[in-house]
This record gives sequence, C-alpha cells and structure tokens, in this order.
Amino acid sequence: MKTISLDGAMVPLAEGQTVMECALAANIPIPHLCYLPGFAPHGSCRLCTVKIDGRFASACTQPAMEGQHVEIDTEELRQVRLSLLRMLFVEGNHYCPACEKSGSCRLQKAAYDEGMLDLHYRPWYPNRQMDASHPDVLIDRDRCIFCELCVKASRDVDGKNIFGISGRGIDTRLVVNSKSGLLADTDISAQDRAVEVCPVGAILVKGRGFEVPIGKRLYD
Amino acid sequence: MIRLATCSLAGCFGCHMSFLDMDEKFLALVERVEFDRSPFTDIKSVGKCDIGLVEGGLCNEENLAALKEFRENCSILVAVGACAINGGIPAMRNRFSMDECLAEAYLDGIGIENPQIPADPELPVLLKKVCPVHEAVRIDYFLPGCPPPAGAFEVLLEALLKGEKPVLPEKLIHYD
Amino acid sequence: MTLAWDKKMACAAEHADLLIERMGNNPLQILIATQKAFNHVSDDAICRVASALGLPLSRILGDVEFYSFLSREPLGTYSVLMSDSITDWMLGSRELFLRLCGNLGVSPRVMRHDGLATVGKTSCTGMCDQGPALLVNGTAVANLSDDRIDAISRLMEKRIPLAAWPDEYFHVESNIRRRDWLFQDWRGPILEGEALLQEMTDAGLRGRGGAGYPTAKKWASCRDAPGGERHVVCNADEGEPGTFKDRVLLQHCAGRLFEGMALCARIIKAKKGFLYVRGEYRYLEAHLEALLAARRDADFEIELHWGAGAYICGEESALLESIEGKRGIPRVRPPFPVTFGVHGMPTVVDNVETFCAAAAIAAGGGREFRSLGTAESCGTKLLSVSGDCARPGIYEYSFGVSVDRILEDCGAGNVLAVQVGGAAGNCLDASEFGRKICFEDLPTSGSVMVFDRSRDMREAALNFSRFFAHESCGFCTPCRVGTEILAQAMEGISAGRGSGEDIAEIGNLGSILRASHCGLGQSANRAVLDMLRKFPEHFERGVN
Ligand SMILES: Cc1cc2nc3c(=O)[nH]c(=O)nc-3n(C[C@H](O)[C@H](O)[C@H](O)COP(=O)(O)O)c2cc1C
Ligand code: SF4
Ligand code: SF4
Ligand code: SF4
Ligand code: FES
Ligand code: FES
Repeated sequence: MKTISLDGAMVPLAEGQTVMECALAANIPIPHLCYLPGFAPHGSCRLCTVKIDGRFASACTQPAMEGQHVEIDTEELRQVRLSLLRMLFVEGNHYCPACEKSGSCRLQKAAYDEGMLDLHYRPWYPNRQMDASHPDVLIDRDRCIFCELCVKASRDVDGKNIFGISGRGIDTRLVVNSKSGLLADTDISAQDRAVEVCPVGAILVKGRGFEVPIGKRLYD
Repeated sequence: MIRLATCSLAGCFGCHMSFLDMDEKFLALVERVEFDRSPFTDIKSVGKCDIGLVEGGLCNEENLAALKEFRENCSILVAVGACAINGGIPAMRNRFSMDECLAEAYLDGIGIENPQIPADPELPVLLKKVCPVHEAVRIDYFLPGCPPPAGAFEVLLEALLKGEKPVLPEKLIHYD
Repeated sequence: MTLAWDKKMACAAEHADLLIERMGNNPLQILIATQKAFNHVSDDAICRVASALGLPLSRILGDVEFYSFLSREPLGTYSVLMSDSITDWMLGSRELFLRLCGNLGVSPRVMRHDGLATVGKTSCTGMCDQGPALLVNGTAVANLSDDRIDAISRLMEKRIPLAAWPDEYFHVESNIRRRDWLFQDWRGPILEGEALLQEMTDAGLRGRGGAGYPTAKKWASCRDAPGGERHVVCNADEGEPGTFKDRVLLQHCAGRLFEGMALCARIIKAKKGFLYVRGEYRYLEAHLEALLAARRDADFEIELHWGAGAYICGEESALLESIEGKRGIPRVRPPFPVTFGVHGMPTVVDNVETFCAAAAIAAGGGREFRSLGTAESCGTKLLSVSGDCARPGIYEYSFGVSVDRILEDCGAGNVLAVQVGGAAGNCLDASEFGRKICFEDLPTSGSVMVFDRSRDMREAALNFSRFFAHESCGFCTPCRVGTEILAQAMEGISAGRGSGEDIAEIGNLGSILRASHCGLGQSANRAVLDMLRKFPEHFERGVN
C-alpha cells in the first residue's frame, strides 16, 4: 500500500488522489475555502497551503505521491493561514453582525478556527456593486471571495452558466451573464446549486434572513 | 491597585453593556481594579492606567484624540468589539460621500423635522472614512464580537490581571 | 451629437461583425482589432462578439476588463501610454508624462473633452535601452525628450495621423553591443528528430525564459505524451521589466526562430504553431507577417497571436489561456503544458531565445555551445542591459560571466546596485558584483538594470511593488491582496509616512506571497526585500 505522511501520520493514498482528498479520507483536517468535494479543485484561496517536502503547495490541487512528507499544523503555516484570512476580510466588506450568512459562513468559520481576532492590515472598504434586482436571489459583492464555485455550479450542475469572473488584480469581480449585467435578466432560481454553493454571504436567497436563530446556525 | 479605563468611540455602547453582563462577577472585579475614565465613573479624561478598553472605531477628530490619549496613558490597550476592530456598522457609511451621509441623516431621511445640517463649532469634525483603531495607534489585544460576550471580558481581564497573555477559547470568538 | 454617436456605435457593432468574419474565432484577437478600430470595445461590441462566437458574455467582458490595452470606455483619438518602468523613471519619464499632460491639457487616464487624447501609463514597454518610451495607439516611440514630447503634442493637436509622423519617431534601435555564439551564422547540415534531441541534450540546452528546464527533455515528453493534435508555442511575451532581447531576436533572427519551432514541430508531430508576441511589440507586425508569409512549409503553419498588456501572460499556462482567447489566469499545474497545452493538447512552450538556440544547435553549433558556459549552464545568454551605463543594449556572454565584467563592458561607473532578473529578480550590492550569471548562481531571463550612487533604491522598490500590484492577475488571495498591501506600504515609505512596522510587514509578506498560485506572486517581494536588507539607509529616510 502506498502511503503519504501528513504531519507524521502515515496515510494511505489511492491513485489519482490529491493531498486534500487523502487528508479528508483519513480525517485529518486541512483548512480550505474554495475547495468543495464534487467540484474540480480551484486553488485560488490558498487557505489549504501546506508544505510538501519543504515547499509550499495548495493541498487541494497537489497530486498525492508516495513518500511525500506533508506539514499542515505548524506555526509557520498557521501564520500563513491567518494572514490569508485577514487578506480576504480586508479586501472586501465583511460586517458579520449585518450579514445573513453569519453563523453559517465558511469564511467566518475558518477565521474562528484559526483564532483570527483582528484584521492586522488596513481595511480597504471597497465600493462594490450590489445586485438586488432579482425577486428571489441577491448578490452582495462585498463578500465575494472569488472561489468560482457559483460559476462552476451554474455552468456544470444547473446548466445555466449565469456567473463569471471578470477584471484583474484587486479589480477582480463577479459578473452576471446578461446584457444588463443584472440577475433579474437571468433565469436563476433560488433552488439553483449555484446559490446554495456560495461559501459566504455573497449570493443569498431573499426573504430568509436571520430565519435560523443564533445558536442553531450551521457552525454555532 | 490596577487601574482600568474604558471608553466608547464610534460605537453603540453595546460592548459596555456586555461588559456589565458579567453581573455579580463585576462586583468582584471592582474589588480588584480601580476605574479611571469610563462611562461607569463619568471621569472625562484618562490618567495613567494599566489597562485601557476601547469600544468603537474612529469617525471624528474627537475619537482620534481620545484614542491617542488612551494610548499614551494605558500600558495595555485593548480594542473591544467589531467597531473598534474593523469599523463595524458605522463603517458601512464609507461607501457614501460625506455629503450623502449628512443629507440622509439630517435633510432627506424619513421623519425629519426642520431639516438642517448641524454646524455647531463644538461638534467634532467628521473623518472622511470611519476606520478601525489599529490604523491610528498600536493595539495590544483584540476582543472581537458585536458585542463580545461577557465571558470574553472575563477571560481577558482575568489573564491581564494575572499578568498573562489572554487566550480566548474558540467558543468565545464571535464576530456577530 | 447623440445621433452622430449612435451612428458611430452602430458602425462599431457592424465592424465587430466584419472583424469576426475576417479573423476567425479568437475573441482576444477580435477584441484587439475592435479596440484598434474604435478606441474602445463598446458594450454592444462585447454582446456581438459573444453571440457571434457563441460564448457567454462574461468571457468577452472578462477579456476586456483583464487586458490593460482593452477598454470599455472610449479612449481619445490618440491613446498614449507612457512606459512606467524604473529605468524610464531614471530617465525622467515622470516629468515627461506631466509635460505631455500639461501640453494637451488632460488629466491622467481621462479623455480630453474633445476626444483628442487619453494619456496613461503602462508597465515596461521593452525599450529600456532607449527610454523613456511611450506607446501611441499601440506603436512604440522611444528616446523621448522634452523636445520630442512637445513635437508629438503639436502633431496630435493638429490631428496628424500617425502614418504622417516623422519616421524617426518610430525608429527602434537594436543596440547589439556584443555578439557571440547565437549571432553566428550556423550553416551546417541540419540535424533532425532523435539526433537533434541527442545533440541538444549533449549540448546541455536549457530554457532561456527563466526556469531553465532542459529543452530536449521537454520536447521528448511532449512527443511521448498521449493525445491527438500537438502544438508548438513560442513565448515572446517578454514582460519582465528590463528585458528586451526577444524584441531584438524577433527583429534580426525571426527566420532562425521559425526554424527552431519547425524542428520542434517535426519532432513532436505538430502541424500548428503559435507565436505569442506582447502587444507592446506591435510595430513588428508587418515585419513578422512578411516573414511568415514567405515561409514555405505546408506541414507546419505558424500563427501570430498578440498580447494586450498583461505581464502574467508570459507565464506559460496563462499564455496558453490567452492563446485560447481567455483571461490570462495561470492554470493549475500539473498537468503541465507538455501533456495539457493549447486546447488541452500536448504542447511545447519555449522562449524565443530557446528556439533560436535549438536551431543553431541543429545547424552545427552544438559542440561549441557545450564548450561555453559553466557546468550546469552551457552556452551563451543574451543580456538586456539598461539603467545607469554609457552603452545600454544587448550583450551576449557565455554563462558564468561576472556582474563586474558586464558593468565594465557597458560603461557603468560608480555603481550602487545591480538588479538582475527584472522586478522578480535579485538586487545586488557592490560586494556581490563578483557573482555570476548562470543557473547555479544568478538565473535570469536576461534583465540587468544598473543603479549608480545617485539613486534612491526606495524608488526602485516603489516601482517594482506597484508593478506587481498592477500585473497580479487577481486569481489567488496572497498575490491579489498581498501585492497591493506591499505597494501601499512602499507608497507610505516613499511619501515619508512609513513606520518601522511597514518595513517589518514587507518582510512578513514574503512567506505569505510564497503561498501564491504562480511565480508572479511567489517572487513579488524578493527584490524589495533585497533592497531593504542591503540599503536600509535609503528606507530609513522615509520612516518615522
Ligand atoms: C510571471 C511569469 C512571467 C513569465 N514571463 C515570461 C516571458 O515573458 N517570456 C518567457 O519566455 N518566459 C516567461 N516566463 C517563464 C515561462 O513560464 C516558461 O517557463 C517559459 O516560457 C518556458 O520556456 P523555456 O523553457 O524556453 O525557458 C514567465 C514565468 C512567470 C512565472
Ligand atoms: S460573508 Fe461571512 S465573513 Fe463575510 S460578513 Fe458574512 S458572515 Fe461575515
Ligand atoms: S459569489 Fe460566492 S460562490 Fe461565487 S465566486 Fe463569490 S464567493 Fe464564490
Ligand atoms: S500569483 Fe498572482 S499572478 Fe499568479 S495566479 Fe496568483 S494572483 Fe495570479
Ligand atoms: S482550498 Fe485549496 S486553494 Fe482554496
Ligand atoms: S460597538 Fe456596538 S456592539 Fe460594540
């Protein structure tokens, strides 16, 4: 049996698995945000950064190979994860107290897990466009982390291809495939996988805000 | 005796309310610390202190001056609550211009009588953007939450009074 | 006014249809042509291109918003982009920029009210040996001076078409100062196939684009990779600030380059090749098209693809995306291009100089190549030398040449620092000028920038950090956000608002940037860190 070392634990690896898949199968957690089983690994958030034989790599995209030595829970990598989370918070506008996703948000949960207490960097307070045009679904771009899960889900699961990513650098932005650029002019529905899959509060179903009381939410 | 000061800048006093939610433990605390400037004492300027707790971010010149005074006088300065840490709800005005904000608040908003923008020279000048306290001064510890739970204040102060570095257990870390 | 405007827009849309008919199905190339014809890509044109190609709108919009030479807003009749590289700064480009804006009465990036001109800045245009330089409607004008800026302003005010501007403005020097092995006229019997791969292996040819991968090994793995149609891609994106050797090779050795690509094509059995040239070198179009048209090779066709202002497209997998007409976002690797390249097919991507060297080895240069250079780095390397020296230009040396020797040959005196490898490279102080250019010591695609003792290295650090923030593709968190944080910290320090914490922060960012998805982010603070470490006194001036 082929094995791989994850923080010293010898874990079996199957043909074609990534380091992330090996770790999940062995119940060894590697923090991650843009990776979601069932979708092709994206590799953009970098939260799953590990050290493989001394080199940084994203666990979700890296093929697992016999004899690899993977570090996950080290002080150096904790610092990297913490910084990445802070970066995601400062580049957007994350007011958790006013966010319907709070308590069920993967970004927030990851930040709790990593013990993020402060932003450290200067927040940018960007001015991003909100789209409330659709009767059932809302886009709050302030919270988008560009994981492209909605892009893939809408294209590959819903068969609608409603979302895309445009721009470059810090001007990267989520766009909608309609002439007006508005969600109202698409055939999105609140039941779409694209809506459900958003890890943060960037795509929300209207009329459901704060339905679940504090204490009963996904990660409470 | 350990001296403790607290203040609310651009915040809603919610963090202070949560602090008081310690209930009977607060009485025990008062035995061990002496409050300097704080809404609890109504002392208006801060003297030399061991610990300063700052609620709220910076939205005007007065906030900035108060924060600097706290930094100068407190050996340990703690940013308390979402507003102090990332600007919080008040920072949601940052996407609008000052004119838009003032117009909405004093001229065009719902239920405004005798619309006029206040211009009393006593009023502090507003900053262009609301910003967190760590942008202006060095902060030693952060207590997230909107507001942070009473338990978080307990853990923080217990550690600081013992001269230790506070470590919040995960269940006391909340952003909302 | 509105009527005229509507008419123009309608005509723009029709034109987009025409372009689509003429240019096939590559959105990026169509968009570049649309931009050229109408000084912008209107939303209407975006819709037409999308529907004509059967692509989602977001794909086309994504291109327009990604490539910096494309614009949704109309630009002036004259769209001017001033090269904003550090060597341009050293030659006074920032003052010339203000002068140009003043002459024309425009603010940066805002079209003049009468639509005459838009003036902005762009990353290094590859004219570092004859800067400062600018692009006007995509064509390079080098050797700028106050007089030239004034003359250009007058031409624009009189709305003289570019074709009627004095030829000398568009003249680009080659400045080849030192020729060696690569510039020799190798004419031996041509080696092909396995024999050529063996000869390249024996000669020790490694990629010239920076990473230094053994070329024969790359070609062989592509040949052996499963898959149908194969492709050969030449990377002439040359975006690293301070490099311009590929420009000179395209000018003087394009024939040999095509030979190299064709030799590779025959080995991997490719029928089609792509030459991907950065948009900044558009002035070479007629020259390259003519040479391509004159090629007689029915079995291997080479198509010219233009970039549109994106440094990241030099990264091989981003380049492949760009060839497919997409935003230049580096792919997840593995799979590498040799197995999964253009349209998912096995593809060889090599630098211009690599293909030229391969062709020279095939024509009998192998033995001599082997005898030159160092143990790990055989042969010669073209260096692009710019900055504070008497004779900037192209220098060909055997690998292993010392920095000292280069400085002596290019006439640099009183040198403070040398930046080797461009913005992503290393900054050397005087104690290190004995170091050698080679994969073992200082690997580089060939950029050598010289700073004399009058220079403030803060400026270079500021310039490089802004460069990375501007060129980050935005895909991954550490680079998208980290390069901007780095640039903000450097801006603070340069404006005298810095603190010791900013400096500490720049150090901390290093380990986070190393978690980036591609080489751009991974190396984005290397040079700045070097400068901080080696010239702390320059930075302390900006820190309180
Ligand atoms: C950010 C970045 C920019 C690059 N730019 C270029 C370039 O402009 N030209 C080039 O030949 N290689 C460039 N490369 C290297 C290419 O990815 C690739 O390694 C090279 O084209 C392979 O050719 P070679 O083996 O002939 O060197 C760049 C790499 C990175 C990470
Ligand atoms: S998306 Fe998540 S992290 Fe952002 S504001 Fe909402 S709950 Fe907070
Ligand atoms: S909207 Fe949500 S799912 Fe889509 S890219 Fe942004 S964060 Fe990801
Ligand atoms: S490192 Fe920078 S350029 Fe490379 S993928 Fe990430 S964001 Fe894009
Ligand atoms: S989870 Fe691997 S990069 Fe996002
Ligand atoms: S400032 Fe409002 S709850 Fe803390």
